[in-house]
Amino acid sequence: MNRDEHNFLAPVLVAALMVLAFFTSASAQKKSSCIDCHVKLDDPRLSNPAKLFDNDVHRSRGLSCNDCHGGDPNADTSEAAKDPSKGYLGKPRTVDIPAYCGKCHSDANLMKKFNPSLRVDQESEYYTSVHGKLLKSGEQKVATCISCHTVHGIRAVSDPLSSVYPLNVADTCGKCHGNADYMRAFKIPTDQFTKFRASVHAKALYDKQDLSAPTCNDCHGNHGATPPGIASVANVCGQCHARQADLFQTSAHKIAFDQKGLAECITCHSNHHIATPTDQLIGTQQGALCINCHTNGDKGFAAADHMRTRIDQLIVSIDKSNEILSLAERKGMEVSKPKFDLKGATDALTHARVLIHSSSSSEVDKVIGPGLDVAGKGYQAGLDALAELSFRRKGLAVSLVFILFLALLVYLKVRQLETRQPIAK
Amino acid sequence: MNKPLQDRTTQSVEPPGLESRRRFLDYLLGTSAVATLGAIVYPIIRFMSPPKIIESTESSVVAAKLNEVPVNSGKIFKFGSKPGILVRTDSGELKAFSAVCTHLDCIVQYQSETKQIWCACHNGQYNLNGKNVGGPPPRPLEEFKVNTRGDEIVVTKA
Amino acid sequence: MQEWLDERLSISALSDIARKKEVPVHRYSIWYYFGGMTLFLFVVQVVTGILLLLYYRPSAENAFESVQFIVTEVQFGWLIRSIHSWSANLMIATLFIHLFSVFFLRAYRRPREMTWVSGVVLLFIAICFGFSGYLLPWNKLAFFATKVGTEIAGVIPIIGHPVLRFLRGGDDVTGATLTRFFGFHVAVLPATATVFLAVHVLLVQLHGMSVPPSLKDQKLKKMKFIPNFLLRDLIGWILAIGVLAALAALFPWELGEKADAFSPAPAGIKPEWYFLFMFQTLKYLPAKILGMDGEVLGIMAFNVVALLLFFVPFLDRGPENRRRTLIFNIIGVLALLYILVMTIIGYVT
Repeated sequence: MNRDEHNFLAPVLVAALMVLAFFTSASAQKKSSCIDCHVKLDDPRLSNPAKLFDNDVHRSRGLSCNDCHGGDPNADTSEAAKDPSKGYLGKPRTVDIPAYCGKCHSDANLMKKFNPSLRVDQESEYYTSVHGKLLKSGEQKVATCISCHTVHGIRAVSDPLSSVYPLNVADTCGKCHGNADYMRAFKIPTDQFTKFRASVHAKALYDKQDLSAPTCNDCHGNHGATPPGIASVANVCGQCHARQADLFQTSAHKIAFDQKGLAECITCHSNHHIATPTDQLIGTQQGALCINCHTNGDKGFAAADHMRTRIDQLIVSIDKSNEILSLAERKGMEVSKPKFDLKGATDALTHARVLIHSSSSSEVDKVIGPGLDVAGKGYQAGLDALAELSFRRKGLAVSLVFILFLALLVYLKVRQLETRQPIAK
Repeated sequence: MNKPLQDRTTQSVEPPGLESRRRFLDYLLGTSAVATLGAIVYPIIRFMSPPKIIESTESSVVAAKLNEVPVNSGKIFKFGSKPGILVRTDSGELKAFSAVCTHLDCIVQYQSETKQIWCACHNGQYNLNGKNVGGPPPRPLEEFKVNTRGDEIVVTKA
Repeated sequence: MQEWLDERLSISALSDIARKKEVPVHRYSIWYYFGGMTLFLFVVQVVTGILLLLYYRPSAENAFESVQFIVTEVQFGWLIRSIHSWSANLMIATLFIHLFSVFFLRAYRRPREMTWVSGVVLLFIAICFGFSGYLLPWNKLAFFATKVGTEIAGVIPIIGHPVLRFLRGGDDVTGATLTRFFGFHVAVLPATATVFLAVHVLLVQLHGMSVPPSLKDQKLKKMKFIPNFLLRDLIGWILAIGVLAALAALFPWELGEKADAFSPAPAGIKPEWYFLFMFQTLKYLPAKILGMDGEVLGIMAFNVVALLLFFVPFLDRGPENRRRTLIFNIIGVLALLYILVMTIIGYVT
């Protein structure tokens, strides 16, 4: 080539290269020879990570294999790509996983580039958990980051397909904690999920899709997962059941439970199998929980008896009022207002059932009294409706007599007219 | 009756017994007609007179009197068939919301310490704009319009 | 007194007609009373309707509550409201009896064709009264009955959709529908009814009571319209008041639940009994008949029958014809049986 041709070609080549570079960089993903190769491999252990990565939240942030594993994603041979001098780390050991993820997730400066609101203390919190402590002591069969979050196909917590989405958390924990064989060495129960699934919290979560209902991590923590201590259970339950927790903390039971080493809340309500509480739990009859500690003659026994009696009284009164109002309604009277007002008595009942956590009869009496008043008013409204109904029927009977009498008189008048002046032919 | 046919065109002359029977029947007829008409007109007049409660309270209600709601306090009132909550803020402003918690329908209350609306059932929190800011409630509380009329506080659906 | 009025209003002409009018007495005379009974029940509707107007509020937000208010707070409100609802049904029942008795007794023949035509117009006005009034309490049942009813109207080819929009005040049943139905119910329909009622009643007075063809040649006893026939009418009307009072006190009309556009239709929903036979028919029609939509064909068929109803006096005109009489009788009996059977089936299923 003569000089001129060469000079002419260079800018064209540069331009062509720029266009090429533009098109390659315009594509969403940088070149990743790791994925390109691994996706084609036969062994699923080697190809799955590449295939799963499509759905990974890290991928959508522009990250790839080398951002965690090191190496050179532009290299086209296995040796060049997995060159330790290019920072290739390979597959981490179990004990190194928290630090592996923490490489980025504990770095506040790095994380705020991607999501400023994400916490960066998961790794340090993890080492306060039972899992983290066991891992540090050399135990391999514990949960690490990837046990719960999965690996290569990690989705955001808010993604319903994520293994840590509220509806999926219990299944994720249950993978180990529900496996009796796997957990044999740890000597802790493995029936938590079964028990939890029968609880009122699981009913709210799974059946009513109420995402505010608690699952494993809401009581145990997620990264710092530890069962709450005996004296602090009330605080945990009190996150939502604040009223009951407050009442308990100032009740006579708090001191007694702490002295006897009894776990708060769960002594009566159980921890995983929290059934919908019924009135059967309180009182002094067969099946009540109070008589597990209290005996006839002590203050607690009397209080339990009194509280249950009063609650039963209110229930009976509400039922009576409901019955008479329904009767009036079936007979055609309009009683929607009294029925609505009666709800105030049911409110008082709910309130009383909460107040038993104060273990104080007087507190319960404070709401039962007004509740009985409301129920009484409802009953009276029912009586009034039935009285009005019978008044209407009596009124009807009287007016029918008049009406029939009048009709008869008119008929007689007609007959009289026609005998005086008969119908002409 | 074996009475002979009367002449159609002339008024008949009846024996006195029949005459008084006719008058008695007419008298009875007249009085019972008046009585029945009265029994019809009476309910109509009562119907037309204004009843005790002059109109249904579904869309507007007097929630309370001004002096019943001091600063930094709340009051539950009945709005049609549902409960409402009336709050006077620190700055003296009156606000009203539906008192039915959007989580599981418990009745909320005003907490003067936190200056928020609180649900005792599962520790739900709402701020003074009705927005759900803490706990399980998934939606804000419906807000109502508040006006004052003399010394009465009138709440209407927004 | 009468002279005073007569001098100013010339009522003597009318009162002469009324005084001279005579009503034939024979074994079918009992049917003569049903027209007057229908009229009486209509008057009851007007009176109770005006009373209800004092408290009713025709908007989606207030309608249900205002009816609840009438029934619970207003003195004797329960009585007025229940009478209004029951009397509506009784009126349509007596109207049907009146229609069929006039048909079978051939009272539509010359010169009474216009009386019949105005009567058929009144029938449709009454049905519109029933349909529009039913929505006014704005409860769940009424809301869905109106939805289904107007949906059926919308199925008519070509004009169906504009008719549906006209009825509903939009594409869906909303507060706009309620306000519009209220306007029809208390203003448009009463005005039209008054006009046609005046025509109908005047024509009846003008032509007098018709005598069935089978008795035409006999010499019949006659009774005076005033006072004999009217007094007998009065007995019926007084008894009707008693029946209405009893129904109101013993079987009060239900209020139900407030309508909610977003909740699903209640199970087993059906219209009022006077629409039931048509509703049931549509349920039985197959989806496709000869390639055309079954439902549309059914509705068109009903429209055709309704139109034919107008023409009855013109189809059965001319001198007495035994065969034609028989055909008309058979058609009438079949129609009556069809309506009865379909209504019963509609209730039982």
